[in-house]
Amino acid sequence: MKVGITGYGVYIPRYRIKVEEIARVWGGNAGTIKASLRIAEKAVPALDEDAATIAVEAARNALKRAQISAQKIGAIYVGSESHPYVVKPTATIVAAAIQATPDLTAADYEFACKAGTAGVQTCMGLVASGMIEYGLAIGADTAQGAPGDPLEYTAAAGGAAFVIGRDKLVASIEATYSYTTDTPDFWRREGQAYPRHGGRFTGLPAYFKHVYNASRGLMEQLGLEPKDFDYAVFHQPNGKFPRVVAKKLGFTSEQVEPGILVDRIGNTYSGSSLLGFAKVLDIAKPGDRILVTSFGSGAGSDSFAVVVEDAIEAKRDLAPGVEDFIAHKQYIDYATYVKLRKKIKV
Amino acid sequence: MSSIPRFWRNMKSRYNLIGKRCTRCGEIYFPPRNFCTNCRRRGELEEVQLSGRGEVVSYTVIRTPPEGFERQAPYVMALVKLDEGVMVTTQIVDVSPEEVEIGMRVESVFRKIQEDGEAGLIYYGFKFKPVKEE
Amino acid sequence: MKRVAVIGVGLTKFGELWETSFSQLFVEAGAMAINDAGIDGDDIDALYVGNMSGGRFVDQEHISCLIADHAGLTPIPATRVEAACASGGLAIRQGVMSILSGFHDVVVVGGVEKMTDVVTEKTTQTLATASDSEWEAFMGMTFPGLYALIARRHMHEYGTTREQLAMVAVKNHENALHNPYAQFHSRITVEDVLRSPLVADPLRLLDCSPITDGAACVVLASEEKAREFVDNPVYITGSGQASSTIALHDRKKITVTDATVNAAREAYARAKREPRDIQVAEVHDAFTIGEILAIEGLGFVEIGEGGRATEEGETAIGGRIPVNTSGGLKAKGHPVGATGVAQIVEVVLQLRGEAGKRQVDADVGLTHNVGGSGGTAVVHILEK
Repeated sequence: MKVGITGYGVYIPRYRIKVEEIARVWGGNAGTIKASLRIAEKAVPALDEDAATIAVEAARNALKRAQISAQKIGAIYVGSESHPYVVKPTATIVAAAIQATPDLTAADYEFACKAGTAGVQTCMGLVASGMIEYGLAIGADTAQGAPGDPLEYTAAAGGAAFVIGRDKLVASIEATYSYTTDTPDFWRREGQAYPRHGGRFTGLPAYFKHVYNASRGLMEQLGLEPKDFDYAVFHQPNGKFPRVVAKKLGFTSEQVEPGILVDRIGNTYSGSSLLGFAKVLDIAKPGDRILVTSFGSGAGSDSFAVVVEDAIEAKRDLAPGVEDFIAHKQYIDYATYVKLRKKIKV
Repeated sequence: MSSIPRFWRNMKSRYNLIGKRCTRCGEIYFPPRNFCTNCRRRGELEEVQLSGRGEVVSYTVIRTPPEGFERQAPYVMALVKLDEGVMVTTQIVDVSPEEVEIGMRVESVFRKIQEDGEAGLIYYGFKFKPVKEE
Repeated sequence: MKRVAVIGVGLTKFGELWETSFSQLFVEAGAMAINDAGIDGDDIDALYVGNMSGGRFVDQEHISCLIADHAGLTPIPATRVEAACASGGLAIRQGVMSILSGFHDVVVVGGVEKMTDVVTEKTTQTLATASDSEWEAFMGMTFPGLYALIARRHMHEYGTTREQLAMVAVKNHENALHNPYAQFHSRITVEDVLRSPLVADPLRLLDCSPITDGAACVVLASEEKAREFVDNPVYITGSGQASSTIALHDRKKITVTDATVNAAREAYARAKREPRDIQVAEVHDAFTIGEILAIEGLGFVEIGEGGRATEEGETAIGGRIPVNTSGGLKAKGHPVGATGVAQIVEVVLQLRGEAGKRQVDADVGLTHNVGGSGGTAVVHILEK
């Protein structure tokens, strides 16, 4: 029996800050940055938003599309690298806020930007084995970049939630394959406010190696080629990496462009590939096949082959789409940004 | 606020807008109560899920915030009358103060209400944002 | 109801009284009232103290005991009464009832609040405990915020203007110029009010009563006993008190303080008086909109007409019904627990003809004291 996505939902905060604004303060050349990172602006959370509130909003939207009682959810996993608490799970806050308690298991995941897809895989296993009827996997982040660091241009906030089940599927998951190694490209120690990274080391040995090998490994497993897919969605730390890896793998820009949103909302970390996936689901037709490959520093990639089902037509409009959230925006300046992101010591 | 049990006891209402309805007189209470004020001992209260939709009855912009809300100031506080007829005191978000109007339609969202400093608990709950209705 | 006599009054200066402690304030006002009454400490049968929050302002509960002790009045029964900003008014009513019941003949009733021993944020936090702690204050609501919600709705429903609200403050500051005990002796204009910083839109700094230290005290006696001590008693002839919802969001209509309407109805009935009989009134203007709500709820003007009446000078000294000749809470100051008693002091001085340059011609007066955003109201009617 097929396992797949019974419902999906997203949330992107309203505030945006432009590359020009950050560059103005740090003396960067906005033109050069925009060209090399291929990003124009990023989403910034309000003072009263965090990974938990984003996860809840995305989960509530996913339930609107799933059309199931939250009481039937047997597991919730929230992946993030900005969980509000280091000890006390975001997953239980979500469970209470969607009224799924108390008959379920829950936990938080961390694997940099692929913690959300790790949750999807876990739910797939629990559902396929019959241990639970539905699972909920969420990737949500309010990522921070150190002031003045290149990451500051891209670290953004957003999240996506997926109800995994066996029936009323908007899309079925044909297979998943993961490629995981110990690669220290990007990390954050306990108690540190901002992550550190290996600069150019984050490219070939990290992002490209894992995304490429996971995607190729999945296609080989299924005996498929890039031309067998209608869309390819990759983790988006900037606008350049996913387009480069797509080309390397043999995907065309028609297949890749629809899933790209980093240029307008930034890198939402655990939400990144899942938001790109949701963006494609918002427009895909029944029968379309989608490749989704995430990347988490540390490092690993989860790759999925997804086939869109008929039910998507009826369910799509039950909750706001990714473009609705992208369009609903308000610009802020750098001073407001540092106040909101608590980079000012008070 | 730094009372764990007080917050935990109200979580259902704060997270999910669960109120109470008196089965005898039909009055809806939100925030929920244990005693129907009309029927008192003769009343019987059951839980009821509120829709989270309503309209602004009055609003203000708080510029001298209480402890814990300093960073958020200025923020919009309003009385919102829910479609079920009860009124709540709540913050209006995702809007600039100039855009708020009496009669504006709003719907509930999940946000942080306050937190007990850097090391204490985070208290989540409902706020409202404007909604364009067809 | 039978009349209860006010035979002595006293109060401290209202303001930021850095040198004076909580208990000193009460003792000072009390001694003045007892002198004024010409009684001896041994004549006092009981003590009632109105105080909102000794606990949060000066870390002191058990106020009744503290005051009786420091006043040298032990072992008489001493009782602390609390209903947020209506604590003083409630204490008066408790004193009145204790005399009318026949339990006591001579009773001292006072109110006291020491608000400046903590920083402003702590004061604001404490005042917010008069609102619904779980569902108003917890959400980020403040006291000025609650009254701002009422003001905006009142403007929306009745066309009350921003200028009319400002005129309440202007009038009360004008009156306070002639009150030596008032916190502020400064004339202000409507422009001053409209230019002052916003606190909670549409209310501005000069729409709000200040943070104040102070105490006020009266000596009450049964009508028979009063004649042993004074020949100019003023009588409390009516008393009314009512409760309402603690949260503004549970009120039936936020622009009408039903507690005021109900308390007034009882007071008028007991005194066998009507609103048009009142010739001077001290009402609860914690915020300028408060005075508008008061004169409407007390029946001095029609609901919705409060702004217009103020603008047309009906409530000024020399107007149809002079309101807050003392300067009101706005200009006289608002030491929360003391206010209700201070209002009685002012009306007594007016009825005695001892109000100096703010004197009006009055035989019948009224006091009106509110707790929170309208959860409690207490009204007294006084006559010569």
